[in-house]
Amino acid sequence: MGLFSRRKTQFVDSDVLVIGGGMAGCGATYEARHWGRDLNIVCVEKANIERSGAVAQGLYAINCYMGMQWDENQPEDHVRYARNDLMGLVREDLGYDIARHVDSSVHKFEEWGLPMMKDPETGRYVREGKWQIMIHGESYKPIVAEAARKAATKVYNRIMVTHLLMDKEKEGRVAGAVGFNVRTGDFYVFRAKAVIVAAGGASHIYKPRAVGEGMGRTWYAPWSSASAYALPIQVGAKMTQMENRIVLTRFKDGYGPVGAYFLHLKTYTENAYGNEYESTWYENTKALVGDYVDRHPVPTCLRNHAFLEELKAGRGPIRMVTKEAFQDPHKETVGWENFLGMTVGQAVVWAAQDIDPKYTNPELTTSEPYVMGSHATCSGAWASGPEDYAPDEYQWGYNRMMTVDGLFGAGDTIGGTAHKFSSGSFTEGRIAAKAAVNYIKDMGKDAPQVSEDEYENLRKEVYKPLENYEIGRNEIVAGTVSPSYLLPIQGLQRLEKIMDEYVGGISTGYMTNEPLLTRGLELLGTLREDLDKIGAEDLHQLQRAWELKHRLLASESVTHHTMFREETRWPGYYYRGDHMKLDDNDWHCFTLSQYHQETGEWAMEKAPVYHIVD
Amino acid sequence: MPTFVYMTRCDGCGHCVDICPSDIMHIDKTYRRAYNIEPNMCWECYSCVKACPQNAIDARGYADFAPLGHSVRVLREEDKGTISWKVKFRNGHEKNFESPIRTTKWGTIPSPAELPPPSEEDYKSQELAHEPDVLNIDGGLPALTPDQLKKGVV
Repeated sequence: MGLFSRRKTQFVDSDVLVIGGGMAGCGATYEARHWGRDLNIVCVEKANIERSGAVAQGLYAINCYMGMQWDENQPEDHVRYARNDLMGLVREDLGYDIARHVDSSVHKFEEWGLPMMKDPETGRYVREGKWQIMIHGESYKPIVAEAARKAATKVYNRIMVTHLLMDKEKEGRVAGAVGFNVRTGDFYVFRAKAVIVAAGGASHIYKPRAVGEGMGRTWYAPWSSASAYALPIQVGAKMTQMENRIVLTRFKDGYGPVGAYFLHLKTYTENAYGNEYESTWYENTKALVGDYVDRHPVPTCLRNHAFLEELKAGRGPIRMVTKEAFQDPHKETVGWENFLGMTVGQAVVWAAQDIDPKYTNPELTTSEPYVMGSHATCSGAWASGPEDYAPDEYQWGYNRMMTVDGLFGAGDTIGGTAHKFSSGSFTEGRIAAKAAVNYIKDMGKDAPQVSEDEYENLRKEVYKPLENYEIGRNEIVAGTVSPSYLLPIQGLQRLEKIMDEYVGGISTGYMTNEPLLTRGLELLGTLREDLDKIGAEDLHQLQRAWELKHRLLASESVTHHTMFREETRWPGYYYRGDHMKLDDNDWHCFTLSQYHQETGEWAMEKAPVYHIVD
Repeated sequence: MPTFVYMTRCDGCGHCVDICPSDIMHIDKTYRRAYNIEPNMCWECYSCVKACPQNAIDARGYADFAPLGHSVRVLREEDKGTISWKVKFRNGHEKNFESPIRTTKWGTIPSPAELPPPSEEDYKSQELAHEPDVLNIDGGLPALTPDQLKKGVV
């Protein structure tokens, strides 16, 4: 009898279990009901699906829309765009699959009540750029959540899923998940025939630029705690491109987005002395990446690279020239509403610092790195491709199934599919859900069984931080310093410092090399040992403890991948000082990893890249 | 900008506790009112501010980079389908904005279970719910052929 044996265990049976109720999870839940009319469809969310995930505060644009109905773009155009932006390496089969379906998701959003901006003359959606359309998206997430709630058998809010469960009979097959209710403290055992991981990517694995109170002002939401990666990694699913972290050029301090400013408002950047600077660094960049610098549009990482070089040359800060565009009252309104609709914090920074972009050109900065799978980057799980055309090497089961049987993914979870954004993540959730229903149909009566031993062991592990605190707390008078436990914030800050200094964060100018990565792994190893002693004062801190454990596992994966890829594929995202050039001879490939929980070993391998050739 | 709660306006209803994506709005045990327990994990998403029936929650820019004296206030009206913002600069200047948030009535999205059920054929196709009709294109769902994907450097 442990200290916390009074906690109840709740069992939930489902056919399809969707972990995470953000855009991808809502898409999965909705679609699962269409194909699985009689199935038990459960969505479990750490917060409240009404406002959860990266789209919680809204969006002012949908960044992935083809416009096939007006012949604006075709799916293969989007594949070429994403390939180009990610320096040649994306899963083109998966990207095409999202692109061919994404318009149907967006059309449903409009039908459900999402206010789309439309050209009064043509009736078409207003384009912010080639792929982006503009919306009044303050309630984007509540609208999408309503659709998911209508479709689900039940939505469980405020349950943090900590681990997946495996089938006790058939090796390598998923059987459910466990977690705890952040309000009641009850332990939850979800038994499922198929599991779709639609959890969030990783903020707060690198030290953020903001300090103290402002550390929550990260570019990606602070609640994106890498569960997208930790859950599959723990059960041995193969991951891909985990080294492909992203660094964002954004407005300073608030990290307000620049997309609408560049594309729609036609603002542009200049150095501190009013000069254009990107062309200054053309030869420098070409020496690193060759012809990739000549591609259009210029890949995001290479624009970052020019920005960083200009700063190092002593001509910062870089500013966005807004004064011209903002003389137009319509553009001024768009500029402000863009923030109010998705990054309120930037409006606050400007109000506080008396920056009115009509009269002042605001500063830009490059963010700390993030690991996620849906923006201009594509870290995540290695997934099976669409049945109708994916090459054999990309196809071993159902669409979006990982290398673990019955385990599907969408959104930040799935690797290789950059530039899916909100609409593409929702769409990928739909794709995964249809495949999961087909998987269940084919399963017949051979349903997975959870093992009592397994979930009872996990139950002890899940609540251990509460026990650590309760025991250790008696040793000290008061305060936060204990010789026997670390608090979650203390562990988080150590993780951020290690990643920052050894794995290419802001303090080294995104630079790393093999000796740094080797030392980084040693320090992550001791942090992992210390996290066995993490202390949680209450259920909220228990959530923070498990978020940290998920972040650590994702960070270890990032570090192993960064070590494995001996080249600098994306200068401006990070640099391998010992291999400064892009190397298509040896590294025009995906990196794959597999973690073995028993031994703690990470196995690395390469996988081929297939391109659409025509 | 982390949020904070005005003592005289909060009645402890807990709407902010239910909605906060970061789980940082909690009820103070002594005062029975809400407060932000962890400002450094606040994304300034305004979910709690919008959800508060008493307009008791406001935000003050992060202390490490935002000078005092500003405010960004919001009024979200679901019945009207609008959101209104008032941005007040430190120097006293103000800007006001209003946007639509939804074009249909809340709660009117149908469950996909209300659609006609898919046929056995549909399960084998690559089409998702509502497709191909909702794509609004001729020729059905686009597809590649396996021979269009090849190894090499492009």
